[in-house]
Amino acid sequence: MTMDRRGFLRGSGLAVGGLAAVSMMSKTVQKAEAGNAWQVGEVTRRKSVCTHCAVGCTVEAEVQNGVWTRQAPAWDSPINMGTHCCKGAAVRESTNGERRAKYPMELVGGKWERRTWDEAINKIGDEMLKIRKESGPDSVYWLGSAKHNNEQAYLFRKFAAYWGTNNVDHQARICHSTTVAGVANTWGYGAMTNSFNDMHNSKAILMVGANPTEAHPVAMRHVFKATEENGAKLIVCDPRFTRTAAKAHEHVRLRPGTDVALIWGILWHIFENGWEDTNYIQTRVWGMDQIRTEVAKWDPKTTEDVTGVTGEQLARVAKTLADNKPGTIVWCMGGTQHTTGNNNTRAYCVLQLALGNIGVSGGGANIFRGHDNVQGATDLGVLSHTLPGYYGLSTGAWKHWSRVWGEDYNWLKGQFANQKEMEAIGIPVSRWFDGVLEDPKNMENQPNPIRAMVFWGHAPNSQTRLPDMRKAMMKLDMLVIVDPYPTVSAVLSDRTDNVWVLPATTQFETYGSVTNSNRSLQWREKVVDPVFESLPDHTIMAKFAKKLGFAKELFRNIEVSSADEPKIEDITAEFNRGMWTIGYTGQSPERIKAHMANQKTFDRTTLQAVGGPVDGEYYGMPWPSWGTPEMKHPGTPNLYDMSKPVSKGGLTFRARFGVERNGQNLLAEGVYSKDSEIKDGYPEFTMQMLMDLGWDGDLTADERKAIDAVAGPKTNWKTDLSGGIQRVAIKHECAPFGNAKARAVVWTFPDPVPIHREPLYTPRRDLVAKYPTYPDRTFYRLPTLYESIQKVDYSKDFPIILTSGRLVEYEGGGDETRSNPWLAELQQEMFAEINPRDANDNGISEGAWIWLNSPTGAKVKVKALVTERVKPGVVFMPFHFGGWYEGEDLRSKYPPGADPYVLGESSNTAQTYGYDSVTQMQETKVTLCNITAA
Amino acid sequence: MARAKFLLDSARCIECNACVTACKNENGVPWGINRRRVVTIRDGKPGETSVSVACMHCSDAPCMAVCPADVFYQTEDGIVLHSKDLCIGCGYCFYACPFGAPQFPKATNFGSRGKMDKCTFCAGGPAENNSEEEYEKYGRNRIAEGKLPLCAEMCSTSALLAGDGDVIADVYRQRVVARGFGSGAWGWNTAYNKPTSEFSSKP
Repeated sequence: MTMDRRGFLRGSGLAVGGLAAVSMMSKTVQKAEAGNAWQVGEVTRRKSVCTHCAVGCTVEAEVQNGVWTRQAPAWDSPINMGTHCCKGAAVRESTNGERRAKYPMELVGGKWERRTWDEAINKIGDEMLKIRKESGPDSVYWLGSAKHNNEQAYLFRKFAAYWGTNNVDHQARICHSTTVAGVANTWGYGAMTNSFNDMHNSKAILMVGANPTEAHPVAMRHVFKATEENGAKLIVCDPRFTRTAAKAHEHVRLRPGTDVALIWGILWHIFENGWEDTNYIQTRVWGMDQIRTEVAKWDPKTTEDVTGVTGEQLARVAKTLADNKPGTIVWCMGGTQHTTGNNNTRAYCVLQLALGNIGVSGGGANIFRGHDNVQGATDLGVLSHTLPGYYGLSTGAWKHWSRVWGEDYNWLKGQFANQKEMEAIGIPVSRWFDGVLEDPKNMENQPNPIRAMVFWGHAPNSQTRLPDMRKAMMKLDMLVIVDPYPTVSAVLSDRTDNVWVLPATTQFETYGSVTNSNRSLQWREKVVDPVFESLPDHTIMAKFAKKLGFAKELFRNIEVSSADEPKIEDITAEFNRGMWTIGYTGQSPERIKAHMANQKTFDRTTLQAVGGPVDGEYYGMPWPSWGTPEMKHPGTPNLYDMSKPVSKGGLTFRARFGVERNGQNLLAEGVYSKDSEIKDGYPEFTMQMLMDLGWDGDLTADERKAIDAVAGPKTNWKTDLSGGIQRVAIKHECAPFGNAKARAVVWTFPDPVPIHREPLYTPRRDLVAKYPTYPDRTFYRLPTLYESIQKVDYSKDFPIILTSGRLVEYEGGGDETRSNPWLAELQQEMFAEINPRDANDNGISEGAWIWLNSPTGAKVKVKALVTERVKPGVVFMPFHFGGWYEGEDLRSKYPPGADPYVLGESSNTAQTYGYDSVTQMQETKVTLCNITAA
Repeated sequence: MARAKFLLDSARCIECNACVTACKNENGVPWGINRRRVVTIRDGKPGETSVSVACMHCSDAPCMAVCPADVFYQTEDGIVLHSKDLCIGCGYCFYACPFGAPQFPKATNFGSRGKMDKCTFCAGGPAENNSEEEYEKYGRNRIAEGKLPLCAEMCSTSALLAGDGDVIADVYRQRVVARGFGSGAWGWNTAYNKPTSEFSSKP
C-alpha cells in the first residue's frame, strides 16, 4: 500500500511533541473558561469573516457569557453558503486556544520575561527614538500585514508616513505583487476582475499555478457549479499533479518557471488557426501585433523543448479555450512567485485579451488572492512603493493625502529624513534583511542600515533565504513581534536580548471591514473581547503613536477612547474620503453593515440584491463603488464590462497610459459602456474636461468650491475630494477613469513584451544562452542580482528542481494553524514529495528522513513522501512549517506554553535568491537542490 | 419517520477536511480520536479519489450484532448510537465495522481499549438531550435541536450530504443528471442495501 500525505498521521496524540505542554499555561493569566452549551447565558449570534484565505467565507459565531461556544453554518453568505474548509471550520479555536502569546514579553539573557504594556511601549519606543536620532527614520522597518482589517491596514500605512519612512510593506509583496503590477499596467486595475460566483457562467476555466482545492477550497464549490451545470472544461497547468488537477479534464504538466513559454505556446495555436477575437482586439487592445511577433517563435517543437508539454496537448488546450467561451483564467503563487513573475501575469492577461474574454461575465482574470485581507491591505497601501489607493509617492500623492488627513504637508515632510527619501520607494519585505546586511554605500536612498525590525503579523518562514535572515536578525538592535502568536521570528535567530513579543488579538476579537479577493467589502462584528492581555492592532498603533509623539496629528479625524482604542468607523470614513482612484469611497460602514445584515437577499450567481433594503446593489459593493456613499453606486461586479452602464456597475478599460503611443491611438475605438454619452474612447476626467464638454454646470456649488481648492481646472477624478467630477461623469454614464484600450505591451517594464527567461537556478543550462536572465541592477534601494547568479552552473551537484506550495490544513507560515490542535492533528510532519525514480536513484525510502541540500550550503531535514505527484527531477515542499532549523528542533526557545503543536523545517531555509524585475517578488517556485538519506 | 443517511459524492470531495474539523469543533472530540476522516486512494496519480468516512449508521449494523455488552441501539431515524456506560472496550465492533468507524482512546492488543467513541450523526447518546452529561460522553445533539450533522452542513463543496436518505439521494441524482456521470455514492451498498430493521432497541 502506498502512503498518502496523511499516512504520516500518527495513531496517538501522545507521540506529538508539545502536546503534553497543553496544561503549562501560566497560572497568573487565565483566559475566559472555554464554554459548554450548558453555561448559563443567552446565545448571541455574531457574524465575522474567516481570517485565513481571501475567498471571504462568513463565519457565524455563537457566543455565551462572552465565550465563543459554537460555530454555525453561515447559510446566508452568498459566497460560502454555510460551508468552510478545515481551517474555516476550526477558527473558533483562535479565541479558545492555549498557544497564544498571552502578555507582552521581552527576551532577556535568552529568557522570556513578562512586561506590562506600558513598560513594553516605553522601552521599545525609547529605543526607536534613539535609532531615529542616530540613523534617521528609515532605520526602523514597519512590516505590516494582510491580517489587518482595512481600517488597521490604512492606519498602519498612515502611521509609517507619520513616523517618516517608506520602509513599510506587507506580504502582498511576496504574494501577488507581480499580479498587481502586471495586470494594472495592462488594463488599469490590478485585482481579480470577476468573482468566485461569476465562474458559474464560465464555459472554460484555465488554472495556471493555482491549486484551490488546497489554497481556496470553498472556491471549488463555484468551480464545480460551472463544470457540473454549465459543462465547463477545467484545465489545470501545474508542475505537480495537484488535488485540483485530479478534478480537471486536462492536466498540463509544465516545467517550473516556463509559464510565458507555455502561454505563448497555447497562443501560437490560437493565432495559427485564427481563433483570436479580431474585433475585440481592434477596438479594445493595443500592441497585439508585437505579441504576435514573439508568439511566432513558440512553435510546438520549441515550446515542448522549453516547457516539456507536447504541441498536441497545447493544440487541444487552445481549441478547448476557443470553443468554450466565455472562459476564465485563474492564477496564484505558481505564476506570481518568479523572477519573471510580471512577465507571467501579463502573458496570462494577453491570452485572455486575444480570446476577448475580459470584461465579460464568465470570463475575466480570476486571480485568487491569498490572505483574508491581502486585497484590502494592498488597496490601502501597506506597501513600500505607494500611499493608500495606489497613489504612489510623488509630491502630488503626498499632497492629496495631506489634504485628506487635514495635515500640513510641510510638517509631514519634516517627519522624513528629507523630501527625496519621502518620495523614494522603500525596501520591500522580500529583502528587508538585505537592508540590514548590505553596505549602505551600495544602497540608494538608504543612508544607514535598518536597525530595528517590527514584524506586525508576518511569518518570517514564508520568505526565502532564511540563513541570511538569521544573520540579519542577529545584527539588529531590536526585533519587535506584534502577533497573536510568537511566530518563528521569536525563535529563528540566536538572539538572547532585545526581542519583544506583543500579543495582538485575532480579527475575531475586534471589528471592521475586510476586502475579499473579488473586491467585496464585508464587515466583521467583534465575536469576543480580546483574550489574555492581547490588544487589537489599531489600539497598539495608538499606544505607539502616543509614545512616539504624533498621536494628536495621526488621529485628528478619528475618535480615540480612553483605553487608546481608535474608533474603527471613523477610520473607514477617513479612507472613504481619499480613496477615489479605486472607488473605496462609496462603501461607508453603514452600507457595508447593511449588506452583512441582508446577505440572504443577494443572488448567488450575479451577487446582486434582488429586492430588500439594498435592492440592486452588488454584494459588498465590489470596488470601484464610485463617488460618495450618498451617491449609492452599487459596486462593480465584473471589471471592464461594457454591457452595463457605469452607474449600474459597468466599466471600460482605464485610460492610464496616455492617449497615444508612437502615433497610435490608445483610447478605445468606437466602443463604450452602455448608455455612455461619449460614443467613443475618451481620456480620464478632469475639471477642464467637464468644462470642455459643457458638463461643469452639473456640479453643485460645494463641489465646485472643493475642486477649486485642489487645483481648479487641473483637478482630476482622483484628487477631487468632493467626488463631484466622478458624480458628473457617471451622470452622463462615462467612466471617471476614461475609456481606453488595454495594452498588451508595457513599454515601461524591463520586458515590454513578456518573454521567457530561464530561472536563476536552472537545470537547463543549454537554454541559458538563448533565454538569459536580466543584468544585475539596483532598484527598491537595493542592488539586485540576476546574471551574476545565473552564470554559475549548480546543476551538476544540484540536479533536482525544488518547488514549493500549500497544504489545505495550514496557512502562510503556519504559526496560527499549527497552534490549532484540530488542524495540527491532520498534518503532523514536514515532508518533501519525491518521485519514485529520484527516491530510488538516491537510496531514499518512503517515510524515511532525508536531507535536502541547497546550493547555498543550507539544508533541511524532512520526511520523504515518495509519490508520482511530482515528476522525476522535481521535488516539492510545503512552506507552512517552522520551528526547526537545519535539523535542530527549536521548541525550547518558544515562550513557555506558546509553542505550536507541530513544528518542522521551513522549506525557505533551502530556498534561494531571486526577485521579480519589477516588484521584488521572491522566487519560491524554481530553484535547485539535491537529496540524500539522513 | 425518515431514514437518516450519509452520502458521499466522491466526484466533489477535494479532501479539504472541513468535515473532520467541523466534527472536532462541534463535538469536542479529543486529539487521536477521529470520528470522521478523509481517505484518499491513488494519491498523486490520475484517478485520485477522496472519500470522507465515518460511521454510516448501517441499516443492519454489524457492530450491533457482535457487541457482547449490547451497548448499541438504533433510533427511529436509523441512527446507530451506543452507551458509553455499558461499553467494555473489547473492540469487537471495530473488527465488525466495514468502515473502520469505532475509535478507542487506548491503543492495546489486550485488555480494555477504553470506551468506544464514534460518529453519532450529531445525535448525542443515551443521556438527557443536550445535557452536560450527553455532551461530555457523546458530543452535541444537533438532531434534537432540529439540525443536521455539522460535517455535511459545512462541507466546502457539498460532497458530503446528510439527512433524510430519500432527500439526499434526490440531490445526488439531480447532480448526476446535470453532469452526466455518477461517483457511486461510496459505501451505500454496504451500509444500506439491506432493508431497514424495524427492530429498535432502546436500552
